[in-house]
Amino acid sequence: MATTDRGLVTPGEQLSKDGSRRAFIKVLLGGGFLASAVAFLYPVVRYLTPPKAIDLGGDSVVAGKVGELKPNSGKIFRFGSRPGLLIRTAEGDYRAMSATCTHLSCTVQYREDLREVWCACHNGKYNLDGRNISGPPPRPLEAFDVQVRGDEIFVRRRREA
Amino acid sequence: MSPLGNVRNWLEERLEWDDLIAPLRKKTVPVHRLSYWYFLGGITLFLFLIQVATGILLLLYYRPGANEAFESIQYIMTQVQYGWLIRSIHSWSANLMIFTAFAHMFSVLFLNAYRKPRELTWVSGIVLLFLLLGFGFSGYLLPWNTLAFFATKVGTEITGQVPIIGQSTMVFLRGGEEVTGATLTRFFGFHVAVLPGLATLLILLHLLLVQRQGISVPPKIEAEWKTNPAAKKEMKFFPNFALRELMAWYVALGVLGALAAIFPWNLGVKADPFSPAPAGIKPEWYFLFMFQTLKLIPAKVWFVDGEVIGVLAFGLVGLLWLLLPFFESKQPLRPRHWITGVATFALAYITGMSIYGHLAK
Amino acid sequence: MAILRNSLECCVKVIGFLALLACFAPAYAGTKNSCLDCHTALPDPIGVTQEKFAQDIHAQKGLTCVSCHGGDATADDPDKAMSRQAGWKGKIDRKQIPELCGHCHSDPVYIRQFNPSLRTDQLDQYHTSIHGKRLAAGDTKVAVCIDCHSVHDLRAPSDPRSTVNPVNVATTCSRCHSNASYMKPYSIPTDQFANYSKSVHHDALAVRGDLSAPTCTTCHGNHGAAPPGIDRVQNVCSTCHVFQAQMYEQSTHKAAFQTSALPGCVVCHSNHGITHPTDAKLGNGPGAVCMQCHKPGDRCDRAREELLGSLNRLDSAIKQADQVLGRAEASGMEVSEARLAQNQARDALTKARVTMHSFRNGLVEQDVQAGLNIAAKDLDAGHRAMAERNHRRVGLGISLVAIGMVLVGLKLYIRQTGR
Repeated sequence: MATTDRGLVTPGEQLSKDGSRRAFIKVLLGGGFLASAVAFLYPVVRYLTPPKAIDLGGDSVVAGKVGELKPNSGKIFRFGSRPGLLIRTAEGDYRAMSATCTHLSCTVQYREDLREVWCACHNGKYNLDGRNISGPPPRPLEAFDVQVRGDEIFVRRRREA
Repeated sequence: MSPLGNVRNWLEERLEWDDLIAPLRKKTVPVHRLSYWYFLGGITLFLFLIQVATGILLLLYYRPGANEAFESIQYIMTQVQYGWLIRSIHSWSANLMIFTAFAHMFSVLFLNAYRKPRELTWVSGIVLLFLLLGFGFSGYLLPWNTLAFFATKVGTEITGQVPIIGQSTMVFLRGGEEVTGATLTRFFGFHVAVLPGLATLLILLHLLLVQRQGISVPPKIEAEWKTNPAAKKEMKFFPNFALRELMAWYVALGVLGALAAIFPWNLGVKADPFSPAPAGIKPEWYFLFMFQTLKLIPAKVWFVDGEVIGVLAFGLVGLLWLLLPFFESKQPLRPRHWITGVATFALAYITGMSIYGHLAK
Repeated sequence: MAILRNSLECCVKVIGFLALLACFAPAYAGTKNSCLDCHTALPDPIGVTQEKFAQDIHAQKGLTCVSCHGGDATADDPDKAMSRQAGWKGKIDRKQIPELCGHCHSDPVYIRQFNPSLRTDQLDQYHTSIHGKRLAAGDTKVAVCIDCHSVHDLRAPSDPRSTVNPVNVATTCSRCHSNASYMKPYSIPTDQFANYSKSVHHDALAVRGDLSAPTCTTCHGNHGAAPPGIDRVQNVCSTCHVFQAQMYEQSTHKAAFQTSALPGCVVCHSNHGITHPTDAKLGNGPGAVCMQCHKPGDRCDRAREELLGSLNRLDSAIKQADQVLGRAEASGMEVSEARLAQNQARDALTKARVTMHSFRNGLVEQDVQAGLNIAAKDLDAGHRAMAERNHRRVGLGISLVAIGMVLVGLKLYIRQTGR
């Protein structure tokens, strides 16, 4: 931590060496500070920019867009970590419910011909309110609330998680 | 005049700047073979500043509340640009900070820096350590995942074991009888408002005391310097020691970045209060030694509940630890050996119990 | 003298009153059941304890021994209680048990008093069953009502302890049908229960408690119990396995099996020991079923290989995506969206395995392709996550270089300026 004793060296040589050395250190230090400052500030600036996908919280999700579904058809969407089923009835209004069958957890689907929710695994059937009406399923499918805002279809859970 | 000189003049005319920073100019740091330990306090402070910065950034996106907390952190980790980096740095820095705080405390113990006139520095430091543990405990719950939920449940349950005041303390901490969304809100309030406020005050006090009293020299080295005054070496704080401190801070930054990038902090599974507790729930590593101790105490000691004994014992030890400097008598060397012995035992116990707690099922 | 006469009169009146009281005593003491009074203490097979009879649903509804056996339950004297005049039938002859039970249980008006939704066609159904027909022909070894439903401690089928509760039905049937020596005169196997116990249906019903899973009576009927018949097996299975049956309808196997009088689904899946099917069924190693009939190298063998190939392709695509996603997750990347989509890919594979029953590779390929698309997207997501991971490491490297520059610069500066 003390000065180094350079000993016997010609002064001129020493000065020029020192000069170029000093410049090198200045560049190294200055460049390093600048580079590290950029490396730190760049992620922070990007972080502060709001991302495109808005955070609706865990209770609500955009299940689709208006016009995406024809009447009397359904689609699977992601709700948190489980699949959900969005149905557009023949009359044109929307229903949404959990798509995990309450029997053995297969993914259910909407059957246009039956106008019911059907599970392909063991022929379980649910009506448009999610109530289990036939076959092995022991419980109804959890029903969700649907709200159309603008051209987006929002689905949200009915009770607090 | 240089621009820097202009600024100085401006400050001098309004704040008597030179007088204000005069003590800082004079401040020196002793230089000897054990000087490297002096960095630890500064590193802990640096990590605390990192926590404040990343914490504020996280506050911009985090939502406290049982049905939103987990999802908001998932959002930060997946959707927010470099959100994974900010969050992982915050989590890693928390753990590193507590480690360096313990290391700083033990180095102060072994270097006998708690002696008169520095007793208050020690006291403020120990209170700061407790605050840091409080930060860790309250922050751990905020992601609202299964591990955090049950760790909080167990931890507050243990608090409830304290006689007389335990139950009301537990209800105060939990915001109710059970751990619920109310607990999350409350812990959030502690973590971002109460604890930071207290910690800031105490850090300022701690730094002020260090400023006023200078850096302590270990007694052995003091003795050496007494017999050989030529060997005494000192370094100015500004800019010499500060530059070296800056190097240490940059190293810490590099370590943090590497940890955050290579081992990002995981999300876990969202907490479900109605599902049973997973087997082998353990608190974070800095609580492991206490947790493991409690597990080893038999269920009943005479007629008293084993856990109560454990909690009271730790409370007593904590209090004595706080007042440690005041036990040192006027006599120079003998009590110090005693305290060194206690410090060695404490270090061994904490390390050993933590490893044991980690390996035990 | 008058006192004596008076006291005698008094005594006679009292004794007479007491005797009269004794006659009516049984009526005051509640419904007397002299049958149980003795039979409680008797050993099996004529012993019936009060505790046992209290469990019986008939007893709970107010019926007594006399309701089936006749006799006089108020008389303590065995001869009087079990007299023909009192209508005592004694031990009911096995051949007459169905008619006896049916006397009430086939009477809708009577049963309506107790449980209006209870069926009253059991006796008619029984007459159509193998058991009923053989009983009519004089075989008393076959099951009659009490063999399955128990007697004297008969419980409603909804009671979990009832011998005819769905969870217990197979055990009840196996009491005869697994008894090799008992079943000797009949030319049917006795391994059904042993096989069923290894099946997925048994696992669902008795182990997991899924009451929608089939037991013996689900496929064979209960009162009208009879094997479905070779040409009707498919109908039975298709009540639950609708999709597979629809596929099978379209296949060439249906006609072929019918012509050869082969029992449809049972040919490949067995009847009682139905285990969880694997793709190995389509292979040519252990567990393969196709090669039971088809010759190696013929047209069907080649079709089989195609089918198996399609399924294997999707299976390995899913596994590959899973593997990459796993690596990404282990490196700390968040891939929950892709993981969820993997479930859809797995659903597609399940659907392909169902469509397989049409034995038409064209249809199977459709489902396989849908699954492959999803798996490909997930694999892509996994690769992108790994790329992002590498991107992060590069970013880390750059910042470490910057930090390194500062550290070296500071060290040199310190040394050079002598600070």
